[in-house]
Amino acid sequence: MYKRGLVQVWSLEQPEWHCRIDEGSAGLVASCWSPDGRHILNTTEFHLRITVWSLCTKSVSYIKYPKACQQGIAFSRDGRYLAVAERRDCKDYVSIFVCSNWQLLRHFDTDTQDLAGIEWAPNGCVLAVWDTCLEYKVLLYSLDGRLLAAYCAYEWSLGIKSVAWSPSSQFLAVGSYDGKVRILNHVTWKMLTEFGHPAAVGDPRVVVYKEAEKSPRGLLGRPTCPPPRAAESKYEIAAVPATLQTLKPAADRANPKIGIGALAFSPDSYFLATRNDNVPNAVWVWDIQKLRLFVVLEQLFPVRSFQWDPQQPRLAICSGGSKVYLWSPAGCVSVQVPGEGDFQVLALCWHLSGDSLALLSKDHFCLCFLETEDGDTARGKLGSHT
Amino acid sequence: MGDWMTVTDPESKNISQYTSETKMSPSSLYSQQVLCSSIPLSKNVHSFFSAFCTEENIEQSISYLDQELTTFGFPSLYEESKGKETKRELNIVAVLNCMNELLILQRKNLLAQENVETQNLKLGSDMDHLQNCYAKLKEQLETSRREMIGLQERDRQLQCKNRNLHQLLKNEKDEVQKLQNIIASRATQYNHDMKRKEREYNKLKERLHQLVMNKKDRKIAMEVLNYVGRADGKRGSWRTGKSEARNEDEMYKILLNDYEYRQKQILMENAELKKVLQQMKKEMISLLSPQKQKPRERADDSTGTVFSDAEEDPGELGRESMWDLSCETVREQLTNSIRKQWRILKSHVEKLDNQVSKVHLEGFHDEDVISRQDHEEETEKLELEIQQCKEMIKTQQQLLQQLATACDDDTTSLLRDCYLLEEKERLKEEWSLFKEQKKNFEKERRSFTEAAIRLGLERKAFEEERASWLKQQFLNMTTFDHQNSENVRLSSAFSGSSDRDNLTVHSRPRQKPFRVSGGSPVCTSKLTKSLPASPSTSDFCQTRSCVSEHSSINVLNVTPEETKPSQAGREGASQKWSVASRPASQEGCCGCSLTYTNSHAEKDDLP
Repeated sequence: MYKRGLVQVWSLEQPEWHCRIDEGSAGLVASCWSPDGRHILNTTEFHLRITVWSLCTKSVSYIKYPKACQQGIAFSRDGRYLAVAERRDCKDYVSIFVCSNWQLLRHFDTDTQDLAGIEWAPNGCVLAVWDTCLEYKVLLYSLDGRLLAAYCAYEWSLGIKSVAWSPSSQFLAVGSYDGKVRILNHVTWKMLTEFGHPAAVGDPRVVVYKEAEKSPRGLLGRPTCPPPRAAESKYEIAAVPATLQTLKPAADRANPKIGIGALAFSPDSYFLATRNDNVPNAVWVWDIQKLRLFVVLEQLFPVRSFQWDPQQPRLAICSGGSKVYLWSPAGCVSVQVPGEGDFQVLALCWHLSGDSLALLSKDHFCLCFLETEDGDTARGKLGSHT
Repeated sequence: MGDWMTVTDPESKNISQYTSETKMSPSSLYSQQVLCSSIPLSKNVHSFFSAFCTEENIEQSISYLDQELTTFGFPSLYEESKGKETKRELNIVAVLNCMNELLILQRKNLLAQENVETQNLKLGSDMDHLQNCYAKLKEQLETSRREMIGLQERDRQLQCKNRNLHQLLKNEKDEVQKLQNIIASRATQYNHDMKRKEREYNKLKERLHQLVMNKKDRKIAMEVLNYVGRADGKRGSWRTGKSEARNEDEMYKILLNDYEYRQKQILMENAELKKVLQQMKKEMISLLSPQKQKPRERADDSTGTVFSDAEEDPGELGRESMWDLSCETVREQLTNSIRKQWRILKSHVEKLDNQVSKVHLEGFHDEDVISRQDHEEETEKLELEIQQCKEMIKTQQQLLQQLATACDDDTTSLLRDCYLLEEKERLKEEWSLFKEQKKNFEKERRSFTEAAIRLGLERKAFEEERASWLKQQFLNMTTFDHQNSENVRLSSAFSGSSDRDNLTVHSRPRQKPFRVSGGSPVCTSKLTKSLPASPSTSDFCQTRSCVSEHSSINVLNVTPEETKPSQAGREGASQKWSVASRPASQEGCCGCSLTYTNSHAEKDDLP
């Protein structure tokens, strides 16, 4: 509850346990768990400081001068280290803390104009730091604070929009405002290849799935009155060359809708899913083994978010409608969320085991279970909770 | 001079003109005469010919002609004069000769004129042709000049365009540079501003924080029901220097582990790649070494491989043991050797390509087409084969299944027996067939041998008969008179020994009465009596009968055949038959000779 500056914590196992943290006048802008589940990090208003509340010792630690940026805090995957982006005297710094006792391990400055984000590599040894969107710069620091490499693709144009590590730490995918994703390799930190996202897909080896409504009425479906429930939809394979819907961005407004807004690697590092904000309805899936485009999925509505199953190469997509879409190399399916009324799926989240999926709407969420029968996956039972 | 055009002048006038002009110079006379001669070609030729000489002025005309001819070098028309005063007689021979000479001359002149005319025509046509060529060439020259001018124009235009484009490019580049400079300056300005604003903001933040903290209206607190244990179950530790050191150690450990892991991966990759390279090198060497053994023209290639192999062999063993080392020299050596081998392979492939292209150039299109056709045919054949094989495999699978899925042992054994029974029966049938055939062959063989034996016997009998018959003849010979000249001549026509001649001489009169008495059937009957019936000999008799109907010469021809077979039989050479067939050029005789050779050959083969 950000407005009130309160954080409330409940236990799943012991329903009577309960905790409440009040930031008071400091205000609350962001709050997150630590990886061991025993600490809560609250970012106060105006990013004055980060307060680390410990649930086991009721002690408080402060981290000063945190950076107010897109991704200023990053925990390493194994939960050992925390990297915090700081800014003092108009200079950017990165501090690395040991999560077990919150001791400062390293503190070093970065060669960035205005640090926009940091992210650990899954192997916990390299930290990727990237600059503001006005300048294209990716810096790679080792765990002990040494600068390993710097990469700059071009100058004088809007730069990086999103960054993602591959789970094997072999690749770093950098999505930029020019609509391209550049893949760097972990040995030389040089660009392996770049993927473009044009609106016209020409390669005949690519499969293009287009979502189409299964209208029960006539052929062209002139619905006289809007249907009570959203119509079922299915995927059709479109012939290549196919063109996708594009969106013309407003050039004079902030945060223009161009560039690669979302990137995600599949857990086996075989696939990379991207979304070009210019073509908001489509999700591009790239084959990393062959370094080329594999599949394009075009939805009827702009894609809000997508996430890979943590166990296998299965992608779940939601686009704000009442359906969740699943894609795997075997095929793709669109699943309707059952229930009365419209359930607008705004976000989704996979369970670590890959068996279930949480779908979040504005004030509801529902769990989708995926039965793993022989050969028949993605037949979902859906349960609903509020 | 006179009106030469009017030919209808009275003859006397002409004559008088001629006669009056005999006194003039010969040259003018000649010219006038030419004129004269040219005119009448179109008009009355005959009149002109008669106009010159008529019955009245013969003498004059003769004298005139004589004068003219002598001036031309011809002999005189007159006979040799005996005296001055006597009238000269016309030498007709001379006249004729002169005429002939004149005719010859005329012909020559005509020929020459024709030649000149044809040459004239030729030259005229050549001239025309050359003029045409010249005109064409002039035209071509004009057009090419015009083209050249056009091209030059275009070239100039393109160069202008090029210059303009270069200029535009330069302008654009300058603009880009300018804009970049502007952006850079703006960026620095912006950074400066940003820094200023940030400092202000920080100051404000600090102020606000102080103010807020001072107020302390609400307490910042945390309410927890109870403490939650640590995630790892241990107790929290104090922050000390030791713990800091421990943290550092842990961090370095993690980093080192990561580096070691990566290095292992890279080493593994390296080892694999080296293996692959080594394999490639070996394969390349093996590919190129067969060349070395065959004595081919490419000596340089073979020497190249020989050299490389010689280098490799001593180092080969050593290198294999050094696989795991990754020092510079080993790596360099490996890469160098691979490169060398690759270059050799490349040059070899290029040479092969050249060869192939040379071969192709000769029969380019056809070979291509043929090869493609062959290729297609082959692929079709292969596809058919594949289909057949697949069908076979299916049937076999079915059979196997039947065999495998045996419900009962009995049925399986029955089935097996059935299959075997079928096979057994088939084998029996075949065996019986084979035996029958064998028997037939044996029979035939036996019959052939019997026939051969019979033939031998027949022959013997026949010879004995002949010998006896000859003896009889010889005995009867003395009772007969000697022959006419015809017989002698006829006998001389035959080639052979005196013995034979005598025999024929003697046999002929013997035969004559045979023939006269219509003894052709008798002859045959006699012969048939002596010889047992056999197909070859019957043929022989038939042919003999048809022959004997011919004239005596034919009969005579037959007889040497008769005698000859005996001799041939004795000598046993079938080549004699060809000799026999030559004098006997009738078809029948040839036929019979051939059939006899067949049987004869058989007889020889089957003793």
